[in-house]
Amino acid sequence: MNSFIIASRELRSLFLSPLAWTMLGVTQLILAYMFLTQIDYYLTIQPKLVGIPGAPGVTDLIVAPLFGNSAIILLLITPLLTMRVISDERRNKTISLLFSAPISITEIVLGKFLAIFAFLLIILFSIALMPLSLLTVGDLDIGKLAACLLAMALLMASFNALGLYMSAIASQPTVAAVGSFGALLLLWIIDWAGSNSGNSSSLFEYISIMRHFENLLRGLINTTDIIYFILFIASFLILSIRRLDNDRLQK
Amino acid sequence: MSTLIEVKNLSRQFGALCVVDDVTFSLDKGEVLGFLGPNGAGKSTTMKMICGNLTPTVGEIKIGGYDIIDQPKLAKAELGFLPEIPPLYPDLTVDEFLFYCAKLHGLKNTAIKKAVEQGKEKCGLSDTGSRLITNLSKGYQQRVGIAQAILHSPSVIILDEPTVGLDPIQILEIRQLIRELGQQHSVILSTHILPEVQQSCSRVQIIHQGKLVLNESVEGLTQQMSSSSLILRCRQQADINTLQNLAHVDTIDTLEPYRYRIHHAQDVNLAEVIAELAVNKGWGLLELTPEKHDMEHIFLSMTQQADNNE
Repeated sequence: MNSFIIASRELRSLFLSPLAWTMLGVTQLILAYMFLTQIDYYLTIQPKLVGIPGAPGVTDLIVAPLFGNSAIILLLITPLLTMRVISDERRNKTISLLFSAPISITEIVLGKFLAIFAFLLIILFSIALMPLSLLTVGDLDIGKLAACLLAMALLMASFNALGLYMSAIASQPTVAAVGSFGALLLLWIIDWAGSNSGNSSSLFEYISIMRHFENLLRGLINTTDIIYFILFIASFLILSIRRLDNDRLQK
Repeated sequence: MSTLIEVKNLSRQFGALCVVDDVTFSLDKGEVLGFLGPNGAGKSTTMKMICGNLTPTVGEIKIGGYDIIDQPKLAKAELGFLPEIPPLYPDLTVDEFLFYCAKLHGLKNTAIKKAVEQGKEKCGLSDTGSRLITNLSKGYQQRVGIAQAILHSPSVIILDEPTVGLDPIQILEIRQLIRELGQQHSVILSTHILPEVQQSCSRVQIIHQGKLVLNESVEGLTQQMSSSSLILRCRQQADINTLQNLAHVDTIDTLEPYRYRIHHAQDVNLAEVIAELAVNKGWGLLELTPEKHDMEHIFLSMTQQADNNE
């Protein structure tokens, strides 16, 4: 309950700054352009696909790549969203308002997490409108679309949790942004090592966010992938709680 | 009377530096405690610890009977805290901010509106409700900070330098407010403005280099401040030996020719005796003034004593 109070304040402040609106606008513009090129591409190869039995459909050729692209854009913008949430409160000393109110640290962290997650869900909703618009002209594989949406939601929550943790350890928002962007990018590409020569490490493959994300994007809902994301989110949230709790033990 | 704050053997270290050293005190309902000390004495650190913003290295803090570490939610529900820098969100309006604070403290929806109205009225913010906090002057921001601390009518109110940045009229109003609050709540305020303590507090603590060097009611302090020396000025040389032999006289300093400071025991007034003596001996009495120690005096002597002891 207390988390929702914090979350609604946070979300409100987010929309009071131009940052949130700019992000919504820019993301939508770029993704819409990508969506259009994807449709264009589909239209050129459609005649060739007709003859092939079991050929990929609209959902595979337009919807999945769209969400794949959004993931990359999220990788760029989530650090900018999460960078301020805790480090700014600490810099402006407003954190003491939360510390001296009857709220637990867990509720504070969850509140911050929920606020950013709510904003990311708004982005997801506006992205989802694009593939849904295809329903007016044809059929979509609704199951696959649902899998894509689930993949996006989990990915957003993971990026969010990691960004939150970086914001909790950094003393300056920009440091938090650079830190979380670096960490996310590394986790994204960590399975590249050895993947060309064929002797890639299975550990790195498991750690890589992209592997798990792509499985879900293909409509393959696997418990391993779901558990990976849940573990990822929970660990970074717990780390943030511990870090914030440490503020009171400082120095 | 019920004890609202209990602090036992509180210590806090930052690395090797001991900022608060073995501080013990308690505060009853209806008391206003003034926390005095030079810069860096550990006032703010102590306050932060009482409010759960910092964990003590050693020691125990109980608010209304609840331990701040073991039962933080129950303890903090009894607390209103204004830190040194008021914790304000610049992009919210005063109303939005106060509603948020009221919600954070778990007020019911029906009570929030009333609490906010009352808080604004008490702090003179009735006309500023819809203004953005970032556009307010420092004094008004300070008022919002105080409003935030008293909003949920906590039983313990802790104010860290509440009158900083306020104009003289507002300072008087805030002191009045603190006295009013002191009737129903316990208040701790830290300050380095000494008259403020005399006017609004019922008890004074002086903290110096992390140690509590004085814990005294304001009445006791006033007594300490009462005169224990007289200034005597004569037209002619006075006989110091005669003066010295008077009862209760401790020492006599000669300040300048024909001007003396006579130190005597407290609680006696020697003015009459000395005047009589001076007239009888024909010294030509020009001036006879009891000297009053002010708070600054006591404060300085307290902190310097502590320095010398080290």
